[in-house]
Amino acid sequence: MVFVIRRLLQAVLIALVMSVLVFAGVFAVGNPADILIDPEATQTDRLRLIQQFGLDRPLHEQYFIFLGNVLQGDFGNSFVFNRPALHIIFERMPATLELAFAAILIAVVIGIPLGLWAGLRPNAFSSKTIMAGSILGFSLPNFWQGIMLILLFSVTLGWLPVTGRGPVGEFLGIRSSFFTLEGLRHLALPAFNLAVGLLALVIRLTRAGTLEVMPQDFIRFARAKGLRERRVIFIHLLRNILIPVVTVVGMSFGGLIAFAVVTETIFAWPGMGKLIIDSINVLDRPIIVAYLMVIVLVFILLNLIVDILYSIIDPRIRLEEAGQ
Amino acid sequence: MTIASVTPPPVPKPGAIEGEAPWRGIVREFAKSWTAMFGLILLVLIVLIAIFAPLLSPQNPYDLASLSIMDNRLPPGETGWSGMTFVLGTDGQGRDMLSAIMYGLRISLGVGVVSCTIALFIGLAAGLAAAYFGGRVDTIIMRIVDLHLSFPAILIALILLAVLGRGIDKIIIALIVVQWATFARTVRGAALAERRKEYIEAAQCLGLPQWRIVFGHLLPNCMPPMMVIFTVEIASAIALEATLSFLGVGLPITQPSLGLLISNGFQFILSGQYWISVYPGIALLVLIVAINLVGDHLRDVLNPRNAQ
Repeated sequence: MVFVIRRLLQAVLIALVMSVLVFAGVFAVGNPADILIDPEATQTDRLRLIQQFGLDRPLHEQYFIFLGNVLQGDFGNSFVFNRPALHIIFERMPATLELAFAAILIAVVIGIPLGLWAGLRPNAFSSKTIMAGSILGFSLPNFWQGIMLILLFSVTLGWLPVTGRGPVGEFLGIRSSFFTLEGLRHLALPAFNLAVGLLALVIRLTRAGTLEVMPQDFIRFARAKGLRERRVIFIHLLRNILIPVVTVVGMSFGGLIAFAVVTETIFAWPGMGKLIIDSINVLDRPIIVAYLMVIVLVFILLNLIVDILYSIIDPRIRLEEAGQ
Repeated sequence: MTIASVTPPPVPKPGAIEGEAPWRGIVREFAKSWTAMFGLILLVLIVLIAIFAPLLSPQNPYDLASLSIMDNRLPPGETGWSGMTFVLGTDGQGRDMLSAIMYGLRISLGVGVVSCTIALFIGLAAGLAAAYFGGRVDTIIMRIVDLHLSFPAILIALILLAVLGRGIDKIIIALIVVQWATFARTVRGAALAERRKEYIEAAQCLGLPQWRIVFGHLLPNCMPPMMVIFTVEIASAIALEATLSFLGVGLPITQPSLGLLISNGFQFILSGQYWISVYPGIALLVLIVAINLVGDHLRDVLNPRNAQ
């Protein structure tokens, strides 16, 4: 419990530090009035807004005003949409989360069987092909690989739609592309594009785990008991290699959300990532600030959850921390 | 193969006579691997092409006088209006893709090497300080490094560029900020292991000044793992720069790296004019794979566990 409280305090501290950095970054580089106020505003509007935002006050006071607004979820209105920036980001969030979940699904469903295959027959030609493919998966720049997917599956073969998100179906109150065929067709390419790096990682982890576990005594014992090979592999082996795989997949979730920026730009997927790139290009600053704070908070939260889960799984971490 | 061509460009040479023999062994060990030598030859070739691009390229792609808009978007192998044959086709402005790729390699490699070198020095300083002084200095530096590494590189770079704006200097700054922490962590790990060894104690007993112990004794012995990380990080810096340029937050149009070339070609993909983004992409891929092949094998060679 002490550990959890300490970690929580640390997370709050990091969030504060990050808010100072974002504040300093956005407010110190340019004139804050230009950053927060629509350039097309009239002079009287401008003066009124400067007063309203407190831009005529000393810097530290301004920071506390900024912090107060952030805590209330007020980042100002988007210049482009003319609505609260935070609302727009939350509207776009489900599309990004859907993409990240689909990518994890692809990486696990394809990656674990391929990794098992490569680990059980380490010298077969097929296994070497799988491993070479996984190296390629690491080296291929994500954005170029996405373009190649479009070129192959949309332009040349004409199987899948090029851009955008398909119709959304509703099931158990969740609205998602998973529930319509057209939605799935739209989801396939972007999700695969986002999944490739993680897929390569899952293949390698599963293979390494298999190679490590297979020669151990309990596997030999299970075979000696006369269990069928299928049972040995899918129960005894899989249970033992799944823990590190699940950990890595869980921890990569944040990275997927960050990398969705690239995927969403290529496939015109209407998520948070495309929103931030569009906002940077048109200098829609309230959205930029809101996105930065939201994503930083998401990451701090993810790291906090991972740390706490770890301390539950592995008590040594708690002891180490206490010993410091 | 000479030492100079085996090691990536700016690697400080280790201590004089004492260091000579092991390094020769490393070179011999390295040359044993066929794939690593292939990667190395490829890499040397690419670096040479990048350096001598103005002499080798069939056209100066940024000299507007030599371009003809009539030649725009010609498929590979087509002969243009001016009688010139475009082996890899032309882009939307009638620019020869082969020449554009050669010039693009220059920018991509240059940005990668410069940012990694500066990040290496910052990382070395921070990591050595953390390892040598220990205690509070160590805690503070490593907390920052841990915090840093808990965010994905692309996110940090994106945040910085959103604030700073586009430009070659800005992207180099972003890449340095992204990478220094990796170097710092690696050098700290290596230096902590070295610090406990007797030669450091001996140097301290001799009453040598601290800077001499750190830079003359500790640093050279931390270099092998740093070389591996340096090589691999150049590849990831190049990939990251390409990604950011593709997203339109990296380099300006006037400095077309490979990423920007791919981005320019992206708009023509749907009309089937694949060559404008496919070929720069292949060049980028070959460059990254070549660096990774060399880096991977360096890791095997320099790993003390593999040495007899």
